[in-house]
Amino acid sequence: MDRRQILVAVIGLALFALVPPLAGIFDQPFYVDMFARIMIFAIAAVSLDLILGYGGMVSFGHAAYIGVGAYAVGILSYYGIDNGFVQFPVAIAAAALIALVFGLMSLRTTGVYFIMITLAFAQMLYFLGISLEEFGGDDGMPAYRSEFAGLIDLTDADQFYYLVFAFLVAALVVTHRLIHSRFGAVVRGAKANERRMQAMGFPTYRYKLAAFTIAGTMCGIAGALFANWNEFVSPDAMHWTRSGEIMIMVIMGGMGTLIGPVLGATGLLLLEEYLPEWMEALIAGTGEHWMVVMGPILIAIVLFGRGGIYALFARRGGDDG
Amino acid sequence: MAEAALRIEGLSKSFGGLVATDNLHLAIESGEIHAIIGPNGAGKTTLVAQLAGELKPNAGQVIFAGRDITRLTMPARAALGLARSYQITSVLLNFTAEDNVALAAQAVAGHSFRFWRPARSDPALRQPAREVLAQIGLAERADTLAANLSHGEQRQLEIAMALATRPSLLLLDEPMAGMGREESGRMVALLESLKGRHTILLIEHDMDAVFALADRITVLVYGRAIATGRPDEIRNNDEVRQAYLGEEAIDA
Ligand SMILES: Nc1ncnc2c1ncn2[C@@H]1O[C@H](COP(=O)(O)OP(=O)(O)OP(=O)(O)O)[C@@H](O)[C@H]1O
Ligand SMILES: [Mg+2]
Repeated sequence: MDRRQILVAVIGLALFALVPPLAGIFDQPFYVDMFARIMIFAIAAVSLDLILGYGGMVSFGHAAYIGVGAYAVGILSYYGIDNGFVQFPVAIAAAALIALVFGLMSLRTTGVYFIMITLAFAQMLYFLGISLEEFGGDDGMPAYRSEFAGLIDLTDADQFYYLVFAFLVAALVVTHRLIHSRFGAVVRGAKANERRMQAMGFPTYRYKLAAFTIAGTMCGIAGALFANWNEFVSPDAMHWTRSGEIMIMVIMGGMGTLIGPVLGATGLLLLEEYLPEWMEALIAGTGEHWMVVMGPILIAIVLFGRGGIYALFARRGGDDG
Repeated sequence: MAEAALRIEGLSKSFGGLVATDNLHLAIESGEIHAIIGPNGAGKTTLVAQLAGELKPNAGQVIFAGRDITRLTMPARAALGLARSYQITSVLLNFTAEDNVALAAQAVAGHSFRFWRPARSDPALRQPAREVLAQIGLAERADTLAANLSHGEQRQLEIAMALATRPSLLLLDEPMAGMGREESGRMVALLESLKGRHTILLIEHDMDAVFALADRITVLVYGRAIATGRPDEIRNNDEVRQAYLGEEAIDA
């Protein structure tokens, strides 16, 4: 199974790498921008899958870390600190800290309580964002693209694209190593049978907490990139519907698979982009009601698309570990 | 006298009005196979759960190798060398047999905050896992998902996982439950071979197995130990005959 996973991942990434040259050839620069956004959310989805798919932790507040990473960049930029070598470490540290604190308090609960607590924490940050008048309140605030001492120029669409690409590759490599390490074995084991893991001697709480923190940190990087992509930061990035979207990406692409979340992010964001156009072309005037169609599509995927998009590429059996 | 491997002092546990463990006193000597028998609902599994740290007793102490472990968590007790198996099979179903046992080996191989090297190809885990699987007779099934093992094989895996943590004290909750004659026979032979290497608290309904294996037997009824003694003493104890053992079991 695992070879196949890596093969699908490599092919998928190769296609992503080809977007800028192809967009150049066909003179469609818009696609570079669009796929950069897709990759940013792919990083977020990969990070969620680490705890959701592999760890069985149904965190419904993952967009919080996008917000933390984005606001770290936005606020530093507001105070005139545009240096990416400062912004990114701060974004990472802030997301790690928030994830650690949220994890400490939520991981004592399980099931529906865990879902509700993670959701509540994320909404708390959302409302905090709204209350921060200094930083634009619910209108948000501008963020300028990070500067990396002239090494890379993020205002250049292609350079920005490949920076995001590099982060996505890094996120996948790190996740791959993690889930196959001893640490990953404990996290996956706790999903399979937590009671037995404890009876064998694993204090599962601290391993789950570590996984939760790593996932939040990784998602914080997506947030820092998102602030750059959007050149704008607002509480909207942390709204619970955003968390839901990231979760749908993971389910749609294939929970507990390495590349599934990337496929899911691509699928969902492309659907959001093109479904209105397709509907408009089919029956004029329906385009603006695209959500009416989107909803049932998502429900159908969740209900019937077991294994998600990834399952179309690979047979699955047992645990992907 | 040497310190007992496990001492249970005044242990009590009730569920609402139902007393499942009733002021229980018991010492398990180091190296012995100590069987606990008793009718359904006597409180055997409840006792194991309290010893393993899964259930909190209402009163009393559990002393393991001279140390009061009453307040320790399940993983902390396991780390001290106490392992249990479950009456109702509790393995990791979507892991292979070998992965299940390797995890057990990993549990006693130091902390698991090791993030980078693949665990699957780590001889320090795979080697002991294969040894235990071979010992238990599951070697050919190493790569089979636990979910696809037969009931008897899952019961064997259950024991293998307990063994792979190299415990000094094994709490076995009906290891032969649901096993066929032949499988039970093999399990008896296996437990026989473990004798001396581990202290074993054996809960079992199969009287042939109990009388063949046990150094001492405690009879539990309504959470109370009504008798403790050598197999021949238990066999001839009138109270035990009345309370629990059928004539045929005793004559067997
Ligand atoms: N979590 C619980 N809540 C309420 N009652 C319980 C609980 N667990 C066990 N009991 C009750 O406590 C009593 C002892 O149960 P226990 O499972 O320990 O018996 P046992 O000796 O292991 O029986 P068996 O031979 O059937 O396995 C039973 O009456 C049972 O119904
Ligand atoms: Mg029982």
